[in-house]
Amino acid sequence: MNKVENNEKLLKQLEKNGRITGEQLASVLGESAEEIRDTIAELERDKVIVGYNALIDWDKTDRELVTALIEVKVTPQRGDGFDRVAARIYQYPEVTSVYLLSGGFDLVVMIEGKTLKEVAHFVSSKLATIDAVTGTATHFVLKKYKDKGVLFEEDPEEDRRIVVI
Amino acid sequence: MNLKQNINPVIRDLKPSGIRKFFDLANSMDNVVSLSIGEPDFATPWHIRDVGIYSLEKSRTHYLSNSGLPELREEIVKYAARRFGLTYAPENVLVTVGGSEAIDLACRVLLTPGDEVIVPEPSFVCYEPLCRMAGAKVVRLRTRAEDEFRVTPEALEAAITPKTKLLILSYPNNPTGAILPKENAMALAAVIRRHGFFVLSDEIYAELTYGGERHFSLGTVEDIRERVLVVNGFSKAYAMTGWRLGYVMGDAYLIKMMTKLHQFGIMSAPTTSQYAACEALREGDDDIASMREEYDDRRRIIVDGLRTLGLGCFEPTGAFYVFPEIVSTGLSSEEFCEKLLREERVAVVPGNAFGESGEGFVRISYAASLENISKALERMEDFLKKIRG
Repeated sequence: MNKVENNEKLLKQLEKNGRITGEQLASVLGESAEEIRDTIAELERDKVIVGYNALIDWDKTDRELVTALIEVKVTPQRGDGFDRVAARIYQYPEVTSVYLLSGGFDLVVMIEGKTLKEVAHFVSSKLATIDAVTGTATHFVLKKYKDKGVLFEEDPEEDRRIVVI
Repeated sequence: MNLKQNINPVIRDLKPSGIRKFFDLANSMDNVVSLSIGEPDFATPWHIRDVGIYSLEKSRTHYLSNSGLPELREEIVKYAARRFGLTYAPENVLVTVGGSEAIDLACRVLLTPGDEVIVPEPSFVCYEPLCRMAGAKVVRLRTRAEDEFRVTPEALEAAITPKTKLLILSYPNNPTGAILPKENAMALAAVIRRHGFFVLSDEIYAELTYGGERHFSLGTVEDIRERVLVVNGFSKAYAMTGWRLGYVMGDAYLIKMMTKLHQFGIMSAPTTSQYAACEALREGDDDIASMREEYDDRRRIIVDGLRTLGLGCFEPTGAFYVFPEIVSTGLSSEEFCEKLLREERVAVVPGNAFGESGEGFVRISYAASLENISKALERMEDFLKKIRG
């Protein structure tokens, strides 16, 4: 199999722009497009590349969407630490992210729902009732300014500089 | 009163850029993908802007010293030594309103009527008008794609006359993307040494070289350095074009003369910009590196893309321009650009905007998003298909 030497550069390019083409990556990295394809396939198989997403500003659409960030305090389980309770939480499809943190609480859970009520219901009936969970604090997201390095509100002013010598 | 007869005839007779018409057309159209912008597409890094804002909050809103904020001149000295091995002291530095003012000052301090200035082409548009405003005659020196757009010692020798006072060099080069590596620069230095004229080295793109080779400054060549004025600035390295800040470094007496002129014409360069620039020089090396890396990625994509389209393209390793040859299309530079704009809504700049020797080429800037570069390449592919039938 042909392999690209500089995986880190390749991954950084993909992280920045998941839609960059094999040909463009080949130009940037000075490799053949075939080598690029093989390497990406391998990185996907090894779960180094775990997925591809589009970043969507749902506020600009008609879709009703509420996002909440929930701090969760947890009693760690013997043998499994936080992993088992994290797994119980991340199985729910409404949960979009789960991180283990240092500091005053243990897990932060991002949840998406249609309405405030739906999210509140999820927290009280699903999340808070898990045995190991000792406390939650729900923060609703009011506005997204920046996500994954991308600004959601670009300066609306139109750039009229078509030609500059 | 006849205004035409009462103004300075040198200005009256300066030709406005011949491609003005094309610019106006481009600016009147919508949905244009523009690869015609000669400045970084990045905003100034935030920490630099933040220091500028802070200086305003602290009411630093007054004139500064004519020659520039002392701490900025010290930072410039350190930066020039760290990045390019230049050994200057603060008295060798004048902070100016962009590199452009420094070029103007140098021309006016050095040139008298009857002097000749050798200006290599294709090059940035301001040199010839500024030399002529200083009363000098411009001798154009053509550089060629087969020489990688470098000034050769032979061509330089051939352009020299007893009246030669100044040579203007601008590498890394706008519009060709050419660089002047050390061995080529040293060959020119030998000619300069023999004839003893001055050199104005416009090094505004010095940070933007690709492929491992750092820019080599003629200001480091010991036995000619008193005759070399090095112009640089913050615009391209730190994406600070709108801050209008540059500087010139050279012999202390020359700098003193230039400072005299600057004092009367300008007073001092913008205060906010000078505080921000200190931050850029102290903490901005990583910003340069990341922007350069980004330009380099785009450079590779666009050069490969143009070659795939069958446009002959000299490998540019400096600035952020590609200068492909378009002779094979049977169109002149202006025809090519106008047709490409009208039919496919892609704006690039005709090579002859940078001197007659730019005819047959177009300047494409890759200081643009990858998305726009891809879009432009697609549109150019359609365009070339139509032309080639």
